[in-house]
Amino acid sequence: MGKKVKKLLIAMTSLAIVLMVGCRGSSDRSVESGRKDFSGMVLIDGSSTVFPITEAVAEEFQREYPGVRVTVGISGTGGGFKKFYAGETDICNASRPIKESERRECEKNGIEFIELPVAFDGLAVMVNPRNDWCHSMTVQELKRLWEPAAQGRILRWNQIRPDWPDEEIHLYGAGVDSGTFDYFTEAIVGKEQASRGDFTASEDDNVLVQGIATDKYALGFFGLAYYEENKDKLKLVAIDDENPENGVGPVLPTEETVANGTYQPLSRPIFIYVRKDSLENKPQVEEFVRFYIRNAPALVKEVGYIPLPARAYELVMRRIDNRVTGTTFSGSKVGLSIEEIIGK
Amino acid sequence: MKRRESGKNVLNQYPADSGVEKAFKAIGIISLILPVSLLLILIIDTTADGIPRLNWSFLTSFPSRFPEKAGILSALVGSVYLIGLTAFIAIPLGIGAAIYLEEYARKNRITSLIEINISNLAGVPSIIYGLLGLGLFVRIMSLGRSLIAGALTLSLLLLPMIIMAARESLKTIPQELREAAYALGADKWMTIRKVVLPLGLPGILTGIILSLSRAIGETAPLITIGALTYIAFLPESLTSPFTTLPIQIFNWISRPQKEFHVNAAAGILVLLIIMLLMNALAIWLRIRLQKRNV
Repeated sequence: MGKKVKKLLIAMTSLAIVLMVGCRGSSDRSVESGRKDFSGMVLIDGSSTVFPITEAVAEEFQREYPGVRVTVGISGTGGGFKKFYAGETDICNASRPIKESERRECEKNGIEFIELPVAFDGLAVMVNPRNDWCHSMTVQELKRLWEPAAQGRILRWNQIRPDWPDEEIHLYGAGVDSGTFDYFTEAIVGKEQASRGDFTASEDDNVLVQGIATDKYALGFFGLAYYEENKDKLKLVAIDDENPENGVGPVLPTEETVANGTYQPLSRPIFIYVRKDSLENKPQVEEFVRFYIRNAPALVKEVGYIPLPARAYELVMRRIDNRVTGTTFSGSKVGLSIEEIIGK
Repeated sequence: MKRRESGKNVLNQYPADSGVEKAFKAIGIISLILPVSLLLILIIDTTADGIPRLNWSFLTSFPSRFPEKAGILSALVGSVYLIGLTAFIAIPLGIGAAIYLEEYARKNRITSLIEINISNLAGVPSIIYGLLGLGLFVRIMSLGRSLIAGALTLSLLLLPMIIMAARESLKTIPQELREAAYALGADKWMTIRKVVLPLGLPGILTGIILSLSRAIGETAPLITIGALTYIAFLPESLTSPFTTLPIQIFNWISRPQKEFHVNAAAGILVLLIIMLLMNALAIWLRIRLQKRNV
């Protein structure tokens, strides 16, 4: 081999080594002050909907506890639970309650979990701002539009209400692997994953925002946080569940109507699931979870979600104190207040 | 030059073909302009979005919920480590396999079966390698969702490409040179070390660097094996969890806030710069080594 090539290879190798060492040096600077008595890892994975909240908590937590390392992944709620019941993570971010099948897997693997609701997320139904006819819809109308039988049949606005224009309706919705899609189909059609297939689906909600914002005859649904960031491009549709017990007539999703349960059925709690043995054997996990709930009211709002009522956070904290395992949300009836469900 | 002139003569003899040639030329130009201008538009658009955000603190900060404070340090370092490790694993294996197949292996059924398999593996979608890595490295070998598991997975992905590139390069070395070396009394090892490898090196290196630049943009297999999204510390050992640039970019793009989209654009620029540097290195190496060989 020629001398020059050898030199070059040596130069490249040493550059790589310098880079690695240089980068390592800078990682020590975080250990300065704060509570040093906690160390170790907190491993979290799951829903992309819950991710921004957990990320915010992790960011604040690591500032106060520099010895602890928190990692957060995004595998979706289903993927997160797979890792959770395989024993690979301490905490699972979930945008829906645990499913019966997932609960059985946990049981099989001897993993006990504590279910902690951390915030509300509203699902918003949206149309284009130039749409001057659709201001509200009933759950029945939404169901007629989205149920599997509507595929290829309900194609025009006037098929929903006769006085709406005789124009094609263009549908946009969350991707079929998301907890958002699961929740929407469950709440509107009545059965999880039951939906027409002929709509534009995207895991990336920004694609949906663009679609609806540029199409006068569009209608779509996704998380309320995306509406908050795109108010000028979208118009909210008020939802009427025709149940006078939680608000009469159509209700628009706002921080208030989502939190007090009148915006039904499209407001949902979102969760973290904590492994019980992690909570007991890893002090940093318990510290993190308590920190999470203590700071949730402020941080949840900051990243665009809606905090639970103060009383609910107290009940959540008590669940941690008493190590209450199992789920009370899975399969629970829509319409119960969050405090009632946690208190069970 | 000569060829073109003779082509003209042919055209003079058969004037009917000149229209066909013109059309072909036009098609050629269009198919060149279309992708290049698309690429240019993309790059210009991303640059316009990302440049204002690109500064030192962006490169040296950890991710954050505040877009203006968020940076790509953990992703950048993760990507550099990952590619370094992958190169460390895949290059010796790849070149070794190529030398064996080209220089030592007898041409029989088994060799050609292996060859066909390697070419097929080069076309397998990268997410399949992710699933393999998840099963083999993360679960069975219980390496966890670590740097080393990621690097091994990417190595699997790159190996077929490196082997093929290296073999193509070794094939171009004239058989006469090997025979000349034998005639001078060199044995096989000596011939490979002094004649075959030095001559093949430019092509091998180009192939390696191009496949590494592809690997640095890979997302799917890394998400599958469980590379993380939020990490506010740097990997300390082979078994540390990690994140990479494409994953960080993907995460920012899917956020509702526009400020995060700007961060994503800036992250794309960083990734682009790294890839351009790697490709430039490949070209520079090839020119340099070829000069030496002539």
